[in-house]
Amino acid sequence: MRYNEGRFPSLIVKIRMNQPRKAVALISGGLDSLLAAKVILEQGVHVEGINFFTGFCVEGHTHAIRKKERNRPKRNNALWVAEQLGIKLHIVDIIEEYKDVVLNPRHGYGANLNPCLDCKVFMVRKAREWIERKGFDFIITGEVIGQRPKSQRKDTMPVIAVESGADDRLLRPLCARNLPPTLPEREGWVDRERLHGFEGRSRKPQMALAERFGFSEYAQPAGGCCFLTDAQYSRKLADLWQARGERRYELDDIMLLKVGRHLRPRPHFKMIIGREDGENRFLEGYRKQFTHLLTRSHNGPLVLIDGEPADEDLDLAARITARFSQGRDAEAVDVEIHTRDGATLTRQVKPISGEQIPSHWYL
Amino acid sequence: MSEVQLDARRLLCPLPVIRTQDRIEQLQRGDRLTVYCTDPGAIHDIPAWCRVHGHAVLEIVRHDEEIRIRIEVQG
Repeated sequence: MRYNEGRFPSLIVKIRMNQPRKAVALISGGLDSLLAAKVILEQGVHVEGINFFTGFCVEGHTHAIRKKERNRPKRNNALWVAEQLGIKLHIVDIIEEYKDVVLNPRHGYGANLNPCLDCKVFMVRKAREWIERKGFDFIITGEVIGQRPKSQRKDTMPVIAVESGADDRLLRPLCARNLPPTLPEREGWVDRERLHGFEGRSRKPQMALAERFGFSEYAQPAGGCCFLTDAQYSRKLADLWQARGERRYELDDIMLLKVGRHLRPRPHFKMIIGREDGENRFLEGYRKQFTHLLTRSHNGPLVLIDGEPADEDLDLAARITARFSQGRDAEAVDVEIHTRDGATLTRQVKPISGEQIPSHWYL
Repeated sequence: MSEVQLDARRLLCPLPVIRTQDRIEQLQRGDRLTVYCTDPGAIHDIPAWCRVHGHAVLEIVRHDEEIRIRIEVQG
């Protein structure tokens, strides 16, 4: 049943006055989305956060698998931001749907396999669907014109708004003054004068605003929050597709690309070599899915083989495994090979020398 | 009031948080959920998620590689 605004105008006004407008903020865990949400919270709008998990997210925990990076905070930055703001955060698993964004980006890739513009369109579209389901009024992002060369430009801002279907319900509080007024501004749900006109790659305006709000600690991810912006990671993903002869991936594939040393000695198999205890423990979870190797006479890594190695390939794999063990300078190292069909083979091998490993084997 | 269990072992964060969030969405106030996980990040993230949504963490137990987190739905 709809209210008849003509019959109950004062009641409607009262209801609207007592019920603040509701916005969902895309929270990445970085500074810009933190500030954008704070700017709107300051105007009395009810804000909740939404964070999308693509599988490519750079998380503190992924780094924390490696011992040497254990001094990094083991926290989810998006949750941490939500706590600083005092807002709810909804984390949404978009792993499956996101594959199409990575595999078929309409707007192409950035410097690596990063489909930043398609990614932003997709996430804002998911946020638009979310606000329609939940009865929220508009969407906030931390975008700043000129901040990112691929996705945050003056000409891409309307592309994101239109292709996501959010249209003028998409508000960018940090650069809104440089863009045409959106619905929340025109309707007076937010005061345009209290929004910002940031532009360009400089971080100084954001840092000054952070100081004004009293935020002294915030995440400053180098290279963004997505592994697809990383050149080495993108190279490993491209290699995976080439080796399989098709462009597809599962979550386990992209998780394994984040961990270990990857070598491809032959086109039909790749080795994933744990670099330390943390990575070895992580790889242990995948042992049953892969042929794997361990050194028995010396301490060494856990090595997974992705592909279909022939018997002679196992000798080479054993020699490489020995190379990355503490027996690298020994005459002979005992290597145990566990095949996927459950058989266990033992080979005594001489570790391969560094000079015998061509640089192009390293991915 | 019901007692529910969730197996999030071998999942990397934030997946244990997402599974917890999705399970709690189906529960009622006062229900209790025990989450089993192995990613050490879950020790920080699941309680953080509970704090922002107003749920109570009743217990966190770590035994070797396994972590058990007991939550009461409140928010």
